[in-house]
Amino acid sequence: MTQRLVVIGNGMAGARTVEEILARNGDFTITMFGDEPYGNYNRIMLSNLLAGVEDEAGIYLNDLSWYADNGITLNAGVRIERIDRFAKVVYATDGTATPYDKLIIATGSSSWTPPIKNIHNPKRGFHQGVFAFRTLDDTRGMIRYARDHERAVVIGGGLLGLEAARGLQNHLSDVTLLHAMGHLMERQLDEKAGHMLQASVENKLGIKVITNAMTTEILGKDRVTGVKLADGTVIPCDVVVIAAGIRPNTQVAADSGLTVERGIVVDDQMRVQDEDDIYSVGECAQHRGNLYGLVAPLWDQAKVLADHITGRDVEAAYTGSKLSTKLKVAGIDVASMGLIAPESDDDEVIIYSEPKKGVYKQLIIRDGALAGAILVGDNSKAAGLIQSFDRAQALPEERAEMLFDIGGPTGEVKPEDMPDDAQVCNCNGVSKGAICGVVNAGCKTVSGVMDSTRAGKGCGTCKPLVQRIVEWAAGGEAEEDPAASWYVPGVPMPKPELMAAIRKYELKSVSSVFEKLVPGGEHDAKSKMGLASLLKMMWADRYVDERDARFINDRVHGNIQKDGTFSVVPQMKGGVTTPAELKRIAEVAEKYNVPMVKLTGGQRIDLLGIPKEQLPAMWADLDMPSGYAYAKSFRTVKTCVGSDFCRFGVGDSTALGIAIEERYQGLEGPGKMKLAVTGCPRNCAEAYVKDLGVVAIDGGKWEIYVGGAAGAHIRKGDLLCTLDSAEEVIRMTGRFLQYYRENANWLERTYSFVPRIGIERIREIVVEDTDGIADALDAAVDEAVQSYKDPWKERAVPATPGQFRTSLPLTVLPQVPVRS
Amino acid sequence: MTIAPISETVLGPVDEIPFGEGRTYAVGPDMIAVFRLRDGSLRAVSAVCPHKGGPLADGQIDNRVVVCPLHLYAWDLATGCSQSGQPPISVYPVRVDDGHIILGD
Repeated sequence: MTQRLVVIGNGMAGARTVEEILARNGDFTITMFGDEPYGNYNRIMLSNLLAGVEDEAGIYLNDLSWYADNGITLNAGVRIERIDRFAKVVYATDGTATPYDKLIIATGSSSWTPPIKNIHNPKRGFHQGVFAFRTLDDTRGMIRYARDHERAVVIGGGLLGLEAARGLQNHLSDVTLLHAMGHLMERQLDEKAGHMLQASVENKLGIKVITNAMTTEILGKDRVTGVKLADGTVIPCDVVVIAAGIRPNTQVAADSGLTVERGIVVDDQMRVQDEDDIYSVGECAQHRGNLYGLVAPLWDQAKVLADHITGRDVEAAYTGSKLSTKLKVAGIDVASMGLIAPESDDDEVIIYSEPKKGVYKQLIIRDGALAGAILVGDNSKAAGLIQSFDRAQALPEERAEMLFDIGGPTGEVKPEDMPDDAQVCNCNGVSKGAICGVVNAGCKTVSGVMDSTRAGKGCGTCKPLVQRIVEWAAGGEAEEDPAASWYVPGVPMPKPELMAAIRKYELKSVSSVFEKLVPGGEHDAKSKMGLASLLKMMWADRYVDERDARFINDRVHGNIQKDGTFSVVPQMKGGVTTPAELKRIAEVAEKYNVPMVKLTGGQRIDLLGIPKEQLPAMWADLDMPSGYAYAKSFRTVKTCVGSDFCRFGVGDSTALGIAIEERYQGLEGPGKMKLAVTGCPRNCAEAYVKDLGVVAIDGGKWEIYVGGAAGAHIRKGDLLCTLDSAEEVIRMTGRFLQYYRENANWLERTYSFVPRIGIERIREIVVEDTDGIADALDAAVDEAVQSYKDPWKERAVPATPGQFRTSLPLTVLPQVPVRS
Repeated sequence: MTIAPISETVLGPVDEIPFGEGRTYAVGPDMIAVFRLRDGSLRAVSAVCPHKGGPLADGQIDNRVVVCPLHLYAWDLATGCSQSGQPPISVYPVRVDDGHIILGD
């Protein structure tokens, strides 16, 4: 049966509790009463409103339509003055009576006004120019008044007073903060931290602070002209803002006979003591002797209340909150939790203080757990400390680690600081939570986690983070993955051993490698492509080509697209073409209705969306060689226009680029090889960020850079050597590529390979020939060059039955939009 | 494991499929990828990858799994179960009889 729910209070606690009840599909007709004539706004944001960084529309949590949409009757600006808890009716000041089955009291707090002479005006509440800082109306009034005046005094040096002072600076030039206690924020900070904060507030923000300042009198006849302190000091001012604390609004409850001490006394279900049908939540509620003035406890209370009142979970219990805050106070980082001072000689106190920077950190440790912490000026470690404090986690032996990032690159994300839904792998959309789930299910190796979640299997830049999360989630029990050093996952050997075994047993096909080198002879689909590449590199013409060892791209010589079609990129050496070639490409594109014709980053033309069965006919019509834009192989040599036309070119980069591509076209390797030749150090061809980049410099010389990248990973290549002629560049290019082919791990691009080996060592081997293998490298790459065959010639007769048969006959192609 | 019931159908000569590769066949409304393992036996599974619709017949296989060519998720060819947290694929009974691929039983 639908029950009548009445909520007294339309602030953050009341509205949040109603939201939680709605979320549980509570069967209620809801009536809310609010003092203020508005919807529900975020009171915390009033400081931002005052500071001018937020406008009024931006601080509303629920506007009036939310109430209508959820069938809630909102009586905004109507105050309840009495509850008849026997008849179950509330009476409002406008004379109306509203019956209820369940009642929630969420009346919150009011600004507390200290007893100061002349602060009130008998006719109009506060003296003209005096404001509280609690409501939207207070804030509006303050902004309006401050605009036309010069000097403000804020009474109260707690969080709210500091925020008010900071906000007022937005409207007038002269702000003084008076605090009755010895240091600022004395509830959250110890004396030293309070003084550190005060120094920052004074020096960085230009707010005058006076502590131990007891305000005794407001001066001025019609309007404020100053304040007077207990020691007789007079501070002239036009505006006074009271931010001296809050008091819970308990009058209605007390008048109606409910149990009220400092606040309205509630049990663990947030029910008012001895009442079955009346709840209280938020700042007005007193739970186990505590009052809470922060939002986090309030959210927890609202959930428990909603669970209980809707019957969703009648056992739900709120057991209190450990208080921690992490915030910017007037633009300065402050965090505080638990104890602010040691309570016994056994409490371990750790303090770091750097006054010049305004940084102060204090930890209090009791029985090996964090009992309290204060941070001023640097909140970088706050999240971790709050977690340690909340969960009473074991602390690091090296206590300094709790205060500073020691070792490790700065700015590195800590797994423990990341929320569960934080996306770790942006390519495959894998969250931290998903990774932890797999680890908790028993998979404790990085590669195992990557296999089952696909995290780190896209561009790969997140792998180090995946590794850290696995190690963290496994709680130090992460297992060393023996396969990490293997060339491919299915053959238990690192590359040098694998190559030695392949040579020893003369294994020339992928299946023979599995049968000879894997215990049990088990084949492995995920290892085939890497082995095929390796064997082709090692045996060149003598390689026994088993087509099933090839990835689909290498079987049909095109790059597979998301809809199962392929892309066709003809070779265009050095990015240089001719009108005749362009005409042919255009005719082919028209003839086959190519859905997209696109220029590539490698200075070529890409025909996208080609069904597999059309590939051979297209290649025949194009009559151009393959550009190898699909393989783990030598791809392109990007060039600039060089010395032929360019005013600045100092070397014929175009001719050299074409010559390099001519020679090394189609060369397979452990990863892609993208090259460039640029005619001067202006680097128009982007040679500094290629696997191998050649830069012409004045005097007819060429520099060779290796290990550059500008993909998911960005790296400037390392200077390998400077050479005198194009011929030497071509030879050195081949030698380096061969060294890379023989020594890099599968899919290890040069940007990882070069730093792993070290540029000095690579220079010794390929330039200085200290190992005496330069000739062998040259010979090996020459053999590979000689075995080059244009794969697009493989078109008259399919290499295997159904080589170009479609694998997706049901799909209507193309699935990508056709561009006209 | 999802074994889909299907009536006996001759798909064509087994030589249409090279060892270690797969080809797609249309059987009524179903698209079925048939793989010829290197040991000579056949496996048949639904042809469309449940992840993003990739053509499984274009994937690489060994004697246990097929790896989708688009995003490299793997499924067990005998059971249809994913090895990487994806939904399972259907598997169909398939055999060689007198040089022909026979789907169903």
